[in-house]
Amino acid sequence: MVATPLAQSDSVGSTATAAAWEALAGAPLPTRRQEDWRFTDPAAFSRTEPCLWTGPDPWAGLTLPEGVTRLEPAVAEHQAVDLLRQTRCADHWPVRLNSRAQPAVLGLRVQADAGALVLDLDAAARGEVLALQLVLVLDAGAELDLALRFSADGGGLTSAVITAVLAEDAHLSLATAAAGHDAASLLTHVAVVQQPGSALELTSVTAGWGFSRLEPRILQHAGAASTRLRALQWVHGAQLADTHSLVRFEGPEGSLDQLHKSVADGHGRSVFNGAVQVPRQAQRTNAAQLSRSLLLSDRARIDTKPELEIVADDVKCAHGATVSQLQSDELFYLRSRGIGEAQAARLLLDGYCQEVLRELPVELASWDRLVQRLQGA
Amino acid sequence: MIRSDAPVLLEIRGLQASVEDQPILHGVDLTIRAGEIHAIMGRNGSGKSTLSKVLAGHPAYTVTGGSVSYRGENLLELEPEQRARIGLFLGFQYPVEIPGVSNLEFLRVATNARRVHRGHEELDTFAFEDLVRERLAVVQMDPAFLERSVNEGFSGGEKKRNEILQMALLEPLIAILDETDSGLDIDALRIVAGGVNQLASPDNATLLITHYQRLLDLITPDYVHVMAAGRILRSGGAELAEELERTGYDWVDQELARLGFAAPAAGALAEVS
Repeated sequence: MVATPLAQSDSVGSTATAAAWEALAGAPLPTRRQEDWRFTDPAAFSRTEPCLWTGPDPWAGLTLPEGVTRLEPAVAEHQAVDLLRQTRCADHWPVRLNSRAQPAVLGLRVQADAGALVLDLDAAARGEVLALQLVLVLDAGAELDLALRFSADGGGLTSAVITAVLAEDAHLSLATAAAGHDAASLLTHVAVVQQPGSALELTSVTAGWGFSRLEPRILQHAGAASTRLRALQWVHGAQLADTHSLVRFEGPEGSLDQLHKSVADGHGRSVFNGAVQVPRQAQRTNAAQLSRSLLLSDRARIDTKPELEIVADDVKCAHGATVSQLQSDELFYLRSRGIGEAQAARLLLDGYCQEVLRELPVELASWDRLVQRLQGA
Repeated sequence: MIRSDAPVLLEIRGLQASVEDQPILHGVDLTIRAGEIHAIMGRNGSGKSTLSKVLAGHPAYTVTGGSVSYRGENLLELEPEQRARIGLFLGFQYPVEIPGVSNLEFLRVATNARRVHRGHEELDTFAFEDLVRERLAVVQMDPAFLERSVNEGFSGGEKKRNEILQMALLEPLIAILDETDSGLDIDALRIVAGGVNQLASPDNATLLITHYQRLLDLITPDYVHVMAAGRILRSGGAELAEELERTGYDWVDQELARLGFAAPAAGALAEVS
């Protein structure tokens, strides 16, 4: 390895530790010289040697709502491999790691309007690699509101790979709330293939993880589907949160409505990369992406990048990115009404987050742990 | 209502202030007693909006001289929130939109901050809803505006009604209303002026900052002051406003020249909003 300054910053704590992670994933760790990992050094979560989860089956004790059945494990695994290939992320390092870390697999088939399902995924303080795979197959016209709560109380890595296929007119509302710990890491891939007429709403709120990376990979297989993405990530202390999303339209008349918000305090780092691909066959696509970031400290850092690849000529694609501080005119307005500076700032921050939080189901929005993490606790 | 024995609420002496090192106020003197309604008139750039922001404690303005006492207390050393809690209210010319912050929650937190200062207990959500619904009548406001974000998507008239609603909840002793009439149609102006009149009492005072006579047709001031070049140039009764309406502000430049003050260069005294 050539010892350039950048290469040095890539080096992990010890070669042996890195080798252990590479052996587990069957692939070399990503480095910051790769565009996708430019702002996000995987060394941050790979400083300690990986050891596999020895706790109970995280999917145990699950009661399924009517209209939902379990897929045979072999069917689920086959489905996941196919969806990851279609969404072109099968060779992503976090996905490879997940597949080789003896993931606990849950496959669900939804055949009707199944209502709501809430699942808790708690890595506790075990310091282990908890690998999870969730495979969702929604038949034509099926509906599911799925809410996932990720938590951790100590070191360790939660690796989640969620794959879903939405048949015509299926509707999936997937909400994730991740309230972590300074020493914990979370790697999440959400790979969804949508058929025409289907609707996906993906809302994610991430706070309090030492290291987190979320990669939504959405493929509108023949266009004409609707995708709505809402995300909020909050970092403080020395935390890092990274979202790399990709939405690809492979047919006409698809729509995307994406809002990504982040708040960075302390020495925190927030990264957003939002790719939207509109090839020639995706005429009359209507896509809007907005990234809004709030910088609360002069030592925090925000990197945000929209990445639009548009070949089709008859499309509406809007994008915008803002980075700002708390607005002084808003603060003064509140203070001029007798509200103290700290409380005024808190109200403004809550208001800022509310735009995403209000889209979460109540079980997630009122989850104590998440509320605390969003207050920097 | 003028009563010479009424207590002095606000006493401004030789007040000088600047923004970004640009002097705007050059020595303002003004005394306001309980029960009085004052109007400050003047052209754009005369310093009247600056005066209102300095009194409310806007951090962008620096006081460079003079004093302001509020019921005997040095107002200038208080934070904006402390000034509000002891009874000073600024009705904004451009009320700020705050997305995501519920108007109802904002009104409740503000009302409680003032209540706690006055030794009253805080109102919980339910008790506050009762109070706010009663006060909505002062400005004939639709309760639907309580459920929205603070001022977000409100029309000009709705924003000004929301300002007067805040005034009705906070029950200030001194209410400074900065260009409350700007951007209002005649119906909205009547409602807003009606609200201000309802809230005026022998115990409090109102300072109206305005460009035009039309607000003063609806709220009769006890005193009218004309501001120019950062000072009060002339004071009188309600008849001074009527005179200004007839003669305009051209005499101001002559008066400034006569007094030996340079007439302001164009843009030099632009108000910072």
